[in-house]
Amino acid sequence: MRGKYVIAGIGQTAFGGLPGRSTVSLNVEAVRNAIADAGIEKDIVDAVMVKYPTSRFEGMYSQKVAEALGLMPGINCVLDQAGASNASLIGYAAMAIEHGQCDVAVVCFADNPKTGSRAAYARSRDANAMFGFFGTPAAYAMLARRHMGQYGTTHAQLGAIAVACRRHGAQNPKAQLRKALTVDEYLAQPMMVAPFRRDDCCLVSDGGAAVVVMSAERARQLKVRAPVAILGFGQGHTAWDVTQRPDLTTTMATVSAATAFKMAGLGPKNIDVAQIYDCFTITALMTLEDYGFCKKGDGGHYVEGGRIEIGGELPMNTAGGLLSETGMPGLQMVLEGVRQIRGEAVTQVPHAKTCIVSNQGGIMHTHSTLILAQP
Amino acid sequence: MTDDNAAAALRPPEDPLSDPFWKSLADGRLTFQKCKHCGNSWLPARGECPKCLQSDWAWENASGDAKLISWIVYHRAFHPAFADRLPYTVAVVELAEGPRMTSNIVGVADPETLKVDQRLRLTIEQDFGMAVPRFIPV
Ligand SMILES: [Zn+2]
Repeated sequence: MRGKYVIAGIGQTAFGGLPGRSTVSLNVEAVRNAIADAGIEKDIVDAVMVKYPTSRFEGMYSQKVAEALGLMPGINCVLDQAGASNASLIGYAAMAIEHGQCDVAVVCFADNPKTGSRAAYARSRDANAMFGFFGTPAAYAMLARRHMGQYGTTHAQLGAIAVACRRHGAQNPKAQLRKALTVDEYLAQPMMVAPFRRDDCCLVSDGGAAVVVMSAERARQLKVRAPVAILGFGQGHTAWDVTQRPDLTTTMATVSAATAFKMAGLGPKNIDVAQIYDCFTITALMTLEDYGFCKKGDGGHYVEGGRIEIGGELPMNTAGGLLSETGMPGLQMVLEGVRQIRGEAVTQVPHAKTCIVSNQGGIMHTHSTLILAQP
Repeated sequence: MTDDNAAAALRPPEDPLSDPFWKSLADGRLTFQKCKHCGNSWLPARGECPKCLQSDWAWENASGDAKLISWIVYHRAFHPAFADRLPYTVAVVELAEGPRMTSNIVGVADPETLKVDQRLRLTIEQDFGMAVPRFIPV
């Protein structure tokens, strides 16, 4: 299947505060833009694959989206892997087309925690509320502290990830937070949940995004303007919650990346640009290690000195990532990967031929990887 | 919400599976589940051993010795009941018998001086109208 399927179109809404917009409405806008980008008619879409809004669970959600799109698709489903769902659905779309279950798929996700409810991110981590273990940032901070204690990772090294994403986001006219950050400014901030400061944490955003998946052959028939090949994909799920997880500093992103690299016939040294899910700084740092860009424990050193910034060895999160472009929908990482391979990114990496994209969710419970390339 | 109601909301929900864990704490004992089939030990309460999947297990007493896997320090309250307790420390601890649990580290002036894997000792404190298992550095 290497390179046999493509992302034929991408679409998004504005990111930030979008008051009064339902998540279904945001999904429709993103899909409308994605099919226009692909240059296809809506009616050839026969698969609608969605992640339900993280901030508010809704049953039969993909059916609501398909109805709003005016479609009766052959395949219509939700995948619940939290933040990994989007990338995984793109892989499932390719597999479904490969086996004749559908022909043209849209994968989309939208959420509105900024103007809607943030309760999903503030709840107790487990049934033990009496310990005060509340909030998603706290659980990621627990991983970060272990990494710092085990490998000597420093605050400044966590900060280097925020600095890189904010530098790139500042150049992105569609980013929610366009304010560059220095390591000194980062270090001067007060602790929120130590070892995390506010700028270790992703933005809270409303927004939606969508992609169109089809075969490379179908894209040629339909004269799609700029298809981007899917060279490889994979998944891995750490599954156990933070408290129960035997190793806090390694995740099944290792298996996800190994599966994707094997399918693509590539390794970390072949990757020109990366979009690494950065809901928190530690997430991106551990993912770079688990992907094999550096040894386990060396992530702190790896991200220093501008290596992950434009002009560095592995430019990362070139539109700003979750720390600067938008906290939702996560699928924006795939969209920026497509733009980089097309040569149409605002912060274009010269001669970018391959891009790796990570999506992950829970507290590094779920992980999914895509490797994109020129067709 | 009255203070009593606020505290009640933090207490564990009634659950036949985990009730023995909390009742033992009220008696001064920290317990964990041990599989009679394969010897695996775990927390929190489950109906089946997550290693061999059998449901032939019993509650056992923990020694109270543990080590610190990781910890965080709240400088901002994510729940109103903890607003007047800032800063406070939440930790993942590993009991000498193997199971891991969420807890608090108490009896330390500056939690930033804690070290991963350092030794801890159980202390059971009355709080929120219940017996709460917490740990102090040894
Ligand atoms: Zn067993």
